[in-house]
Amino acid sequence: MNLSWLRPPISSRAPPQEILRPVRAPYIALTLLSALVLNLLALPDVMTQIKPDLIALTLIYWVVYHPRRVGFLPAWLLGLTMDVADGSLFGQHALAYAVLMYLAILFHRRILMFGMRQQIVHVAAILLLSQFIMLAVRMLAGADFPGPLFFVPSFLGAALWPLLFNVIRIPLRPRTDPDAV
Amino acid sequence: MEYSPPPFFKRGPSLLTRFTFFSMLSAVLLISDARFNYLHLFRQGIATVVYPVQRLGSLPSELASRIGDFFVTQARLQRDNDQLRHQELRNSAALQVLKSLESENHHLRELLAMRPRIARDFIPAEILYGHRDPFTRRVVVDRGTQHGVRAGWAVVDENGVVGQVTRVFPWLSEVTLITDKEQAVPIQAVRSGLRGVTFGIGYDGTLELRFMPVNADIQNGDLLVTSGIDGTYPAGLPVAVVSNVERNAAYAFARITCTPSAGVNSANQVLIVAANEERPENPAAESPSASKPRKVKR
Repeated sequence: MNLSWLRPPISSRAPPQEILRPVRAPYIALTLLSALVLNLLALPDVMTQIKPDLIALTLIYWVVYHPRRVGFLPAWLLGLTMDVADGSLFGQHALAYAVLMYLAILFHRRILMFGMRQQIVHVAAILLLSQFIMLAVRMLAGADFPGPLFFVPSFLGAALWPLLFNVIRIPLRPRTDPDAV
Repeated sequence: MEYSPPPFFKRGPSLLTRFTFFSMLSAVLLISDARFNYLHLFRQGIATVVYPVQRLGSLPSELASRIGDFFVTQARLQRDNDQLRHQELRNSAALQVLKSLESENHHLRELLAMRPRIARDFIPAEILYGHRDPFTRRVVVDRGTQHGVRAGWAVVDENGVVGQVTRVFPWLSEVTLITDKEQAVPIQAVRSGLRGVTFGIGYDGTLELRFMPVNADIQNGDLLVTSGIDGTYPAGLPVAVVSNVERNAAYAFARITCTPSAGVNSANQVLIVAANEERPENPAAESPSASKPRKVKR
């Protein structure tokens, strides 16, 4: 598979700083809304169980690369929306997203220092921890452990990190090539 | 690692403060939902707002199935048509017998001065998507309060009981399958007439018939049908077939595993069965003076 279009490539070097066009709030809202639609996509049973949580991933992206643009409140409200749509316990996703936001804001400078490979590891850790929160909440409420497939979405989500990085940046890249002059 | 901005920039409350505030808020919501079921209206409001997004999300799969429908072969249509016609013929014969039996039953019940059986309404519905929440076994169907569905109604398919409506939204409702861990169905074994309650196991698609004594008259292959004594499920609908009976004298109860008769995980079209609105009065509670000494004895 040719992955050369991925800028930066999946390497251990820190990605070079790119000059991006300013990010407008409607664009952030659009990405989060698209993540919500993709999260609510009706899929066959097995795929539903391992589908990565794109809202979590998109939130991490905005917090890490454009800090202070997305606050706790939109993340928390999106969490409530996911709770209603999934029919899970009210506040479960909201709590998980609050934890995720906290970790992402706390570590965003650290994550920026690393190359794509190490970033994937960091993202996987954050996603796993937020899933552990959900697991803890549900098991406290009396549910059984749903099986090892429960943790697959975190790893899949982390694997999607370079892709998401590039897709979100497509409209943000300058229209003219800065090196062309 | 402490993330503290210089004090001369005004940046609102600190990260830890915001995190604590939102986690506390979530915890309050979690406890009030799990313990007290308070947030029904709040949930309804959000559900109404999310509904368009949910429909948008289920659009691709609907489109795919429509396109699939379009490319059905002539032979398959012909075969289905023949099959349905034969079934219709058989059903209509059974229906004629049923009608005469119904009138006879009605007549006999009148003679014996028993309560007449109440005819129930059906609302056909389609399953939109399966369980997203990995901890429970639920499906979402495309009928809600706007179509007259109420929480607590039974859901059946052509082979038997699928589940029960547990949460209704304006245009959608959530059906908890009988294989869910917290879902219980009162049943009666057809062969022996034994009454009991089946519970879902949760992790696989089977049911468990609990609290049956070791010497209970239950065999492999026994058909279990709804007993109807709960007023939710109409009597006589197939629920499950006993697949394994383990009798160990060391335990008080036998371990009885059953497989559901309905396509609990595979059905696409289901019927929502309206519950009895007129139930007989609950028997009056015993007077406290009579029940108190009994509690002490335990």
